[in-house]
Amino acid sequence: MRAGASAPLKLPPLRASLVFGGMLVLFIALIGRSLYLQRIDNDFLQEQGSSRYSRAIEVPAHRGRIMDRYGEPLAISTPVKAIWAWPDKVEATPGQIRALAEALEMPQGSLSQKLAGGADFVYLKRPVPPEVADRIAALRIAGVHDETEYWRYYPSGEVMSQVLGFTGDHDIGQEGMELAQQSWLGGKPGTRRVIINRRGDVVEDVASIRAPQEGRDLALALDSRLQYLAFRELKAAVEANKAKAGAMVVLDVKTGELLALANWPAYNPNSRTRAARERMRNRALTDTFEPGSTLKPFTIAAALESGRVTPNSVIDTAPGTLTIGGATIHDAHREGVLTVEQVIQKSSNVGAAKIALSLPPSAIWQTLSDAGFGAPPRTGFPGEVGGRLRPAKSWRPIEQATIAYGHGISVNLVQLARAYTIFATDGELKPVSLLKLDGPVAGHPAIAPETAREVRHMLEMVVAPGGTAPRAQVAGYRVAGKTGTAHKLEGRSYTDKYIASFVGFAPASNPRLIVAVMIDEPAAGQYYGGSVAAPVFSVVMGTALRLLSVPTDAAVTNVVLPPDGADIREET
Amino acid sequence: MLRINLVLLAVLVVCALSLVTSRHQARKLFVDLEREQAQTRAYEIEYGQLQIEQSTWAVPARVEKIAREQLRMQLPSADRIEVIEGGGR
Repeated sequence: MRAGASAPLKLPPLRASLVFGGMLVLFIALIGRSLYLQRIDNDFLQEQGSSRYSRAIEVPAHRGRIMDRYGEPLAISTPVKAIWAWPDKVEATPGQIRALAEALEMPQGSLSQKLAGGADFVYLKRPVPPEVADRIAALRIAGVHDETEYWRYYPSGEVMSQVLGFTGDHDIGQEGMELAQQSWLGGKPGTRRVIINRRGDVVEDVASIRAPQEGRDLALALDSRLQYLAFRELKAAVEANKAKAGAMVVLDVKTGELLALANWPAYNPNSRTRAARERMRNRALTDTFEPGSTLKPFTIAAALESGRVTPNSVIDTAPGTLTIGGATIHDAHREGVLTVEQVIQKSSNVGAAKIALSLPPSAIWQTLSDAGFGAPPRTGFPGEVGGRLRPAKSWRPIEQATIAYGHGISVNLVQLARAYTIFATDGELKPVSLLKLDGPVAGHPAIAPETAREVRHMLEMVVAPGGTAPRAQVAGYRVAGKTGTAHKLEGRSYTDKYIASFVGFAPASNPRLIVAVMIDEPAAGQYYGGSVAAPVFSVVMGTALRLLSVPTDAAVTNVVLPPDGADIREET
Repeated sequence: MLRINLVLLAVLVVCALSLVTSRHQARKLFVDLEREQAQTRAYEIEYGQLQIEQSTWAVPARVEKIAREQLRMQLPSADRIEVIEGGGR
């Protein structure tokens, strides 16, 4: 024993090296494994680890509001819940179904029908207020879920429907200003990485992966009071005249802002059952029509600009017809010898045609083009059109004559209203804006200030007794304007259907507002612009001027109406 | 030598404990912040809903109906309106 203890213990060399080698191999394997985990497989492990405590969560961003010029909200998004189900995964007792139907406020039969419809996925109801969604979640029915979504509300309903448009799924603009200003209004949800505890509460912010971008608010030029007024009167006029449709525009002369833009028929944007396309169209911007006599002042302006006529030059319109080539132009009433002023006042087609024929086509074309015809008004509204103004070189004499009184050219109502800014100002064409502006904007000179003043005076004569639109008069304010009664073109021929229109501005001494009215196919007997459109103009213009506290420029007893029935003298 | 080590150990322990408490404090404050932010969002949503409600009650059509039918108001005729310059917007 002693000898064994003192003598070094000798292992057989083979066994010693085997053990040593074995341990070395194990060590190398261990180092290799740890290298592998630390270096090569690191990403996977990191991910697995962090997934136990960190989460990427979505940060919601809401869509901006649309407001009118005074900050009245016109469109607001608010979160609501949508209740949906996977019908084949729904397991519910009859009691649960009954409670669900009660919470959804729908008959039990139609709920069962939805669940038995055979679809993989079905929305049971949207939108649902969050409290109701909480109650449904408390029922704990398998296969029935809810999700948060934003819903857009339009408090003004149909009054502004075509201007505002609406949004679709995920609150993305589909029509109107909602579509045009999508990038401004739309919010982009962000994501951020956070650390959560075992209960799932967020305990620490790690990093913001993408910052949410909130939608921005949009201030429109619209004045909701004027919009409502225009809408109410337009609707009443379209219904009283049994017309197909109508549109009205109220334009601020100083800034070119669209204070009101009404259309009838309209639709309720809050209802998700979509209205016919017909009701959604913003006719004032997306439809063109032949304006008829509302275009005559531009012919006369071109003639005055050329220096060939003065307001008092005499034109012989007898016998009330004029034949050019194979076509004949008619006046609604024979007038005989008229001054240029009276051609506008009485709206003589023959007079306007004769004046136009005495000018080179390019002079008329230039004035019309400077007044903004033939090109879109560039409001940024989706689907806006520019109308048709053919190049002067292609005009035949008969076309030159008909364009003089607004046939053979097409315009939209906003374009027509804007064109009248050249008479309402001293010859400047103002840009139009659907968005609120901070102050007056500079226009683009189209005609000489002198010409603008002369035409303005003629337009005042139109509403005086003896003109075509005495019913456009407004108590307390001097009004200038022009009627239009155009035959509608269907296919290639003119029909006995009409478009009655009136465009005017007031107060004539210092114009503030332009109002343009268009009534499509009045069918209740009356169809002249002076009897269908002028009265609407008068109500809207008068009320609007008083709402805006515009100083009066005439006595309140200024309205002089001719005896009933004898007043409306019109044209095509 | 040993004494210095003991002091350093005590300092280390104090530091470690204060780290733990401040970490805990930070998390608690963060939870509070989160709750307040959620509250802000909830108020914003409520504000939007109240705005919708207000403007729904205040639509001109409704105001006009009540003014005309319940309160028996009417628009004054033009000769009873005097516009004073320098007022209004």
